[in-house]
Amino acid sequence: MAEADVDVAIIGAGVVGCAMARRFALEGAKVAVIEAGTDILSGASKANSAILHTGFDAPPGSLELGCMQAAYDEYMQIRAAMNLPVLETGAMVAAWTDEEEARLPDLLAQAHGNGVADAEIIGREAVLAREPQIAPGIRAALLVPREYLIDPWSAPLAYATQAKMLGARFLFGAPVTSAERAGGTWRLEAGGETVTARSVVNCAGNQGDRIEALLLGASRFEIRPRKGQFVVFDKASGALLRTILLPVPNDRTKGVVLTRTVFGNLLVGPTAEEQEDRDRPDVTRPELEALVAKAAELVPALAGMPVAAVYAGLRPATEQKDYRVHAVPEMGYYCAGGIRSTGLTAALGIARHVFALWDGAAVPPADPPVPVMPNLAEHLPRDWQAPGHDGIVCHCEMVTGREIRAALDSPLPPGDFGGLRRRTRCAMGRCQGFNCLARIATLSEGRLRAPIVPEDKA
Amino acid sequence: MSAMDLDVAVIGGGPSGLAAATELRRLGVGRVVVLERFGVAGGIPRHCGHPPFGMREFRRVLTGPAYARRLVGTALAAGVEIRTRCTVTAIRPGGVLELATTDGAETLAAKRILLATGNRETTRAAALVPGLRPVGVMNTAALQSFLYEEGRSPFSRPVIVGSEMVAYSAVLSCRRHGIRPAAMVESRGRVQGPRFYALANRMFGVPLVTGAEIVAIEGKTRVTGLRLREASGAERRIDCDGVIFSGRFTPEAALARASGLALDAGTLGPEIDGAFRSSDPCVFVAGNVLHPVETAGYCWAEGRRIAGRIAADLAGEAPAAAPVPLTLGPGLRYAVPQRLVAGEGPVTLNLRAEGAAKGRLVLAEPSGRELAAASVSAAPEASLRLDVPALDVLPGQLVVRLDREG
Repeated sequence: MAEADVDVAIIGAGVVGCAMARRFALEGAKVAVIEAGTDILSGASKANSAILHTGFDAPPGSLELGCMQAAYDEYMQIRAAMNLPVLETGAMVAAWTDEEEARLPDLLAQAHGNGVADAEIIGREAVLAREPQIAPGIRAALLVPREYLIDPWSAPLAYATQAKMLGARFLFGAPVTSAERAGGTWRLEAGGETVTARSVVNCAGNQGDRIEALLLGASRFEIRPRKGQFVVFDKASGALLRTILLPVPNDRTKGVVLTRTVFGNLLVGPTAEEQEDRDRPDVTRPELEALVAKAAELVPALAGMPVAAVYAGLRPATEQKDYRVHAVPEMGYYCAGGIRSTGLTAALGIARHVFALWDGAAVPPADPPVPVMPNLAEHLPRDWQAPGHDGIVCHCEMVTGREIRAALDSPLPPGDFGGLRRRTRCAMGRCQGFNCLARIATLSEGRLRAPIVPEDKA
Repeated sequence: MSAMDLDVAVIGGGPSGLAAATELRRLGVGRVVVLERFGVAGGIPRHCGHPPFGMREFRRVLTGPAYARRLVGTALAAGVEIRTRCTVTAIRPGGVLELATTDGAETLAAKRILLATGNRETTRAAALVPGLRPVGVMNTAALQSFLYEEGRSPFSRPVIVGSEMVAYSAVLSCRRHGIRPAAMVESRGRVQGPRFYALANRMFGVPLVTGAEIVAIEGKTRVTGLRLREASGAERRIDCDGVIFSGRFTPEAALARASGLALDAGTLGPEIDGAFRSSDPCVFVAGNVLHPVETAGYCWAEGRRIAGRIAADLAGEAPAAAPVPLTLGPGLRYAVPQRLVAGEGPVTLNLRAEGAAKGRLVLAEPSGRELAAASVSAAPEASLRLDVPALDVLPGQLVVRLDREG
């Protein structure tokens, strides 16, 4: 048997796969990332609420809590060097009824038990002083000061970019179609290529159980997709709320969140809709209308606020609440599955945890390169404010031609229009490309694996 | 030359802004600058590559781009300065503007501001249209920008959603570029314009489906189809490789909103009085940011008219009376201006009704006494006009109503 191409093949380039690639590459492993979509973040990871969680409400003692808290610390350590934004908003679990108010002390105890010592219950007056626009029916809230907002796409892109700078290989448009293990080496067929690897890490999100079944013959878990729809309000809404507004949670979901984004909007979502289909994150009118109504119920000044964007994602829930992380070292198989709604926060911690389970050996490189990401957050200087750009291409989001070119020339360039949008914010704003779509198609011509205009038309 | 030497800064270089700037210069106003965020001024007609444009303005039938060039040329010849790639990011009280230019941020002051930022079509997202979110969904303006500015077709067999005039502009643009629309889909029961519009569907072989609701846009990466529920309740699928969301115009009012100008709940654009003044007395407003949507010719004429009001205001002729708000009767979506000032006029109210409108349009005092009236008969999405003479005394409130016939 020939030597394997890589030490570790990571299946899936969502936020978990990106963080995994970074961790293994930082530890000196030779890595390949195999992604079915045309860019990173093509599945569940592109649709989330962009919150960096403290873990205050996570199940005590759970793997999820441990990963979130390790990841929180790591994110705060690396983010300055990578130029990743943090908007220090804090969060409030808002109680609107007697029953909800009665649950706050338990939530506080859970937060303190989880090591979130600065969480506190604040009364109605304090809530209103902090958030004058919140509906007057508010009773009280659990304030969690260190729940923050981050850029949910630049962060995983930074992880993947660092992996790439450390030599990781990325395959796109490459769903894994066969997997065989012989002589201690996996042989994976994906997108017309063959990758051989000593170990495989399954980060396949909504396909996680199928990948496990393909590799091991059976899966220990079953993905039960849970759809989450979101509504993004026009940036005029951004000044109406500072603190992340969380509902008192139930067992199944964290519930509908109303929050700012680092891009200056307000965002409401997600819904939690069980469904069979893994490929259909449809937006649906009644649910979107309900989210809009819910937002205006929480912050009345949102009534009549224009909607800028809507989206939906499928979270890879399973039959259990906690993550499905396990290792079969004798098969060179590791699984980070069922990462349903805290993946953006926890990914760095999950990657550390899985690396600790890995039975391979590697020598970490000295002085690993660190990518410096372009800033897209509104509270920090944007490219258009710096002289010498060649004009603004997307006016709603103030994206310059220089930024679009930089994204196309970056170490891990976008593979599709969604990837270009997530890297620059172009066409993400209120006009959704009314003004700029055609220009962006021309600027990105010949540069995207999945072009905006089909090739037979270009 | 210091910044305050600017007499008027016009935000937006479309038909109304360029017409106003040109006319201001002709009226003898000194330094007039048009601030245009795109690389070329001209506004929406720039990428609307088919006629007819320019009949009212230049007594010629022009294509949109030719018309846009002519507007720019006329403005430059009149001594208007046009700054392109120049985005206004905020309007501060007292006529101070914050700009984003290719050299970075900048501040500019002018004695008067004219806001002429135009409008845009409602997006698929803002309309909460259900389904998947593939590439190939766009507004008419984006399609026309593909065809006329970038020289390429984004698809070959799209469905056009909507049946206002701009939907037929989309049909014309498609036909000129070998694109064959698979259908035109209108959720309401009839075309949103004169009934003869439907003849164009037959003429160009674009089937018109009215009373049909979109169930889902289909396509994982690119558009593959559109699922509809027809008025009968039956579901059907139309295979297509693009979806054009046309019309349902909404003002490009983000700057006005962010700058704290009072907005009208009916138009979603800035509120004005009979002299086109916004809630900030330094800021006037013109064109389709006021009234979604009128033709380029209408906006041009409106820009010219407003220039006279701004020139008079600069000359110190502003009336002192407080504006009186208009209240809308049932079935009316909006009336522009939203406020009248005693002694200012005559004023033509621009109104829009829900659906088609046939009957009598009346401006009255709360007591019922009529101040102006007109017979109207209009197709859906057509604007109504009501000429109001200069009124020396106004009551504290005014009502506009539509007394429908039949």
